[in-house]
Formats: sequence, C-alpha cells, structure tokens
Amino acid sequence: MTNRTEPLLTVEDLSVSIPVPAGILSAVRSVSFTLDRGETLGIVGESGCGKSMMSMAIMGLLPRHVTVRAETLRFEGMDLLGLPERRLADLRGDRMAMIFQEPMTALNPLLTIGEQLMETFRRHRAAGRREAREKALHLLDRVGIASAERRLGQYPHQLSGGLRQRVMIAMALMCDPDLIIADEPTTALDVTIQAQILALLAELQRESGAAMIFVSHDLGVISRVADKVSVMYAGSEVEGGSTAQVFGTPAHPYTQGLFRCLPNSGLVARGAPLGSIPGVVPSLIGDVSGCMFRPRCPLARDACLEAVPAAAVADGHRARCVALADAAAAAPLVQEASAP
Amino acid sequence: MAAFVTKRLALALLVAIFVSSISFSLMFLTGDPAIAIAGEGATEADIEVIRRTFGFDRSFAVQYWDWISGAASGDFGQSFYFNQPVVELLAERMPVTATLAVFSIGFALLLALPLGILAAVKRNSLADRLSLALATVGQATPSFWLALMLIVLFAVNLRWLPVSGADTLAHFILPSIVLGYYASPSMMRLTRGGMIEALRSDYIRTARAKGMLPRTIILKHALRNAVLPVVSVAAVEFGFILGGSVVVESVFSLRGIGYLAWESIGRNDFPTIQAIILVYAMIYVCLTFLADVLNAWIDPRIRVA
Repeated sequence: MTNRTEPLLTVEDLSVSIPVPAGILSAVRSVSFTLDRGETLGIVGESGCGKSMMSMAIMGLLPRHVTVRAETLRFEGMDLLGLPERRLADLRGDRMAMIFQEPMTALNPLLTIGEQLMETFRRHRAAGRREAREKALHLLDRVGIASAERRLGQYPHQLSGGLRQRVMIAMALMCDPDLIIADEPTTALDVTIQAQILALLAELQRESGAAMIFVSHDLGVISRVADKVSVMYAGSEVEGGSTAQVFGTPAHPYTQGLFRCLPNSGLVARGAPLGSIPGVVPSLIGDVSGCMFRPRCPLARDACLEAVPAAAVADGHRARCVALADAAAAAPLVQEASAP
Repeated sequence: MAAFVTKRLALALLVAIFVSSISFSLMFLTGDPAIAIAGEGATEADIEVIRRTFGFDRSFAVQYWDWISGAASGDFGQSFYFNQPVVELLAERMPVTATLAVFSIGFALLLALPLGILAAVKRNSLADRLSLALATVGQATPSFWLALMLIVLFAVNLRWLPVSGADTLAHFILPSIVLGYYASPSMMRLTRGGMIEALRSDYIRTARAKGMLPRTIILKHALRNAVLPVVSVAAVEFGFILGGSVVVESVFSLRGIGYLAWESIGRNDFPTIQAIILVYAMIYVCLTFLADVLNAWIDPRIRVA
C-alpha cells in the first residue's frame, strides 16, 4: 500500500489552534516538511514556539478541544487526521513513538520499570509476558543499563534522571518504531549525561533505520544529531534546510540572532559581548498575520505586515523573510516538500 | 516493607496505650463514679460500700493497671446494668455492627469509585454534575430520614425487604445503603479530584503515547495514583460507621455496638462504656495501620521512605 517513492512522513500546512478565553491561540501555523526513513529532522526554537505542540499533533496526542488542521498529514501512506482514535492508538507506541523531556515525571511512579516497558509490547504484539520480558531486557541492555534483570523490578524513583531517560528511550523502542519523536530528550540532564544520551540515540537510529524528529531549543544539540533543520518562531517555520545550510549560512534575521547568542558560532568576534535578541516572543492569540518576528527584527519594514512566503536561499534552503524575497527578486517560491 | 510494617506497628501500639488511658480516665472525669452508681437518695454509707466493692478507693494507677491487664486478657468486668460480663455483651453485639460496617463501606465504595472516575473522565459533563448533585444530597440528607423513606418504599410499599431486625443478610441491605450513601460523597469527590490530577500528569501522556487504550490508562495508570487518599479516608469512614451507626441501628432495630453504647451511656454503665471506647479505639488504630500498609503496598515510594 505504501508508495515506494512517498516519504515516511509528509506534513503540509500543519496548523494547531487552541481556543482560550481571550480568543484563538494559533500555536502552530502552516508548517510543512517531509521525512524519510533514517533521516533526522531537528526542530529548534524558543519555548512556546510551537515545537512541542507540533510533535503532539503528529502523534495525535492533543486534547479534543485543540484544532489540528493540515493539507496533508500522511504517515506510512495513512492520513493521520482521518484515522479514528482507536487506529491512531494502534500506531502510537508501535509505528511511531515519543520520548519526552521530563524523565522525573514521564514514568508512572507506581509501576515497575519492567511493567511499563512490557505493557507497550504486549499492547501492540500478541505476545506473552516472557517474550515481552526478553525484549525489555534486551533493550535495557542496549540503552546501556547495567544489571537489567534487577532494574526490571525497580520503580522510577529508584533510578537517576539519566537512567530514567534511558528507560524512556528503551520504552520508545519496544516495538521497533519507524518514527521516533524526541521532545527535548536531553534538556533535563547533566551535560555529560546529555552527550551520552545523544550518542546513544544517534546510534540506535542508525541501527534501526527509523526516522527521527528531534525537538530542542539547543542549537548545539541539534547540530550534532540532525540531517536537516527547521527553525521555528512563534508557531511557524522561519527557516529550513539541511543542517549544513542553516548552520553554515543562516538566512533569516531570527536564525542569525540565535547564532549571535552562542559563544562559538563564528558570528561573534572573540572578546566581543554575546548577542541577545531584544524583546519577547509575541502573543499568538488573535491576529497573527505577517511576520511575527518584525517587532524584534532589525530589518523590519512595512512589507513585513503582509503574509511572507518562503523564499529559496539555495537548493533546499528556504527562509520566510521579506528582505530575502527582495534580494532574491524573481527567485521562485520553494515548495517545502521538495527534496534537497 | 518489613521495616515499614514494624515501624507502623510500634506507632499503632503507642497510640493504643495512650487512647486506653484516656478512655479509662473518662470514668473519673464525670465525677465520682461511686455516687453515680449509687443513684439518687443513697446514703454516705451506701456510697462508701460501693466505692470499696468496685475498688474506687485505690489509686488511679492501680485501677488502670487492673483494668488494662484484665482487658488484655479479655476481661472488661461486669456490666452494671445488664449484669453480665461486658465481653459477652460485646461478643453478642459486635457481629451485627461489623456486618453492617462491611456492607456499608462496600456499598459506599461501589458508589463512590465508579462515579468519581466517571465524573473525572467526563469532567463538566452531565454525568459529572449529576454525581456532584448526588454527593451533595448524600451529605445533606439526615440519615434517619433517608432510613425512614427507604423503609416506606422498599419494606412497606414494595415489600422487597424486611423492615427491621438482624435475622438475615437481607435485613442489612437498607441500613447499609443509608450508612454507605452517607459515607460515599467524601470518597467520591476525593476519587474525582485524584483522578483529574492523575489524568493530567506526564505519565498519562506517556501511556497515551505508548498507544495504551483508555480503559488501561484510566484503571491501571490513573486510578492507582488517585486511590491512595481514598484508602485512608475509607478506613476512617469505616471506623466512623462502626461508631456512628447509633441512629441507623435504632431505626432498623439492629442491636449492634452503636445501640449498646447509647444504652450504656444513658445508664452510666461505666465498664461497658469504657470497653466500647477501648474497642473502638483499637479498631481505629487497626484500620489506620491497615490503610497505611495498603497504601505502602500500592505506592513503592512510601515503602522506602
């Protein structure tokens, strides 16, 4: 049924809006990308830019009062938005899995590690306890947890943050998913543990050939794991392309601003003060037309009040900025779905 | 777990000793028990005889030791009024009250848990509001009134159930409904609150991300976390039903402990009152201990702490 040439995941014009007392909050607006097996997409942005909302929308985890719309949201040839909840639940944990950022609270405190690992497997496979247990032991061992046998009988509070995050990763891999969405999987961890977990994720993904969406606010982390990058600001993608393109020649003023906040980006002279982006993230309630970055942008002009289309910076490298559109003059609009 | 149980047990024992000394001194707080027993119009000599017979002339410590060591071996003395050993009275009445309490708490939980879960899962729905209404009415309805209404409907008009007495288990249905309905609102609201909180937590999101089905998420992942405070409250409610069933026991002519307590208090039957207080205190201590152990069994974090 799956078309050979069709990407594993196609997202076209994905929007998420939440009704709040003050109006409609447009958390994600018109985000598009495709993802193939073995590929890692890094999604980077500040808190509240909609990156977690987007992951939850793809997984179908958002509550009912939240509206998710998309031109296309296809996974393995299936229209995710058209699937009934029961079919989505069949996919979750089996074909697509999620790793959350809170290792302290994302595990149930009253169930043993073993039970939480095994129940995923037993839910999706017609497997008995023994088979599930073997798979759990194998994966705990695989994610680098020593004495896995003993850990199976332990409870989350008996494990350190790093160990719990390893358990979360093992849990996501129980059914060998085709898509792993990792939402800030290393944010709550020490830097040394962070590096270990990143290396582990990359290795496991290489082995399994799964696609991964890696969500983080940390540019350094994204640069290490991602093949391609999408920079999000206030709910929409401001720049996207291969990791080399976005990190090598950032085109959008927001992306450039982000890099200026980093000490070793090459955009800040040695000894010069680190940059910061003035202002705050705008409210996404009500009117969200035009470029949302304009109140903080050094290049802002009147044209920024109009809807800004994505302009091609290079092949597969795109950015939504009026200044770029001017520079590229007659450059054709890039279809986000086009392969690099 | 063993260390936890030992610690709790030691604590329970301390509470038991403390409570027993208080319940014993109650007799002296109401004045000279010899005068009370002798009744109106007794001479000074009569009172003195009574004082000697019952040993009230000895020191408090000696009397307490006498009483508590007797109680420990099952001897609570002789009832002044019924003229039979208090232990016999308790043995006669206890099964009635215990049956009533077990049925009542069972009914209360049967009502509270499903409705609490339903109200939490379908929050702000009609079902939620109806269960809130049911809980409010339950808390506001005087139990004697509800008892009479149920008797009129089910016993007198429909003739489905007996009016009063304790001969068969069917006799316990109506009183258990009355007591259970009265005890259920707090547990229902606690279940609802606990479930709402649990359903919001990150581990529920994880369970959904794993594709677990709603039934598993609610019953296995959320309820386990929500039920901890309900266990503690159920234990207290159980004790409360044991002790507070006087009204219901009288309406349904169930000759249980509650009824016995009421009779004894009216008649200054000190040995019986003391024994009842002590037994209740012990039951409370046991229930709290059991609730602690049950919670520790559910929640591994309590076990270790």
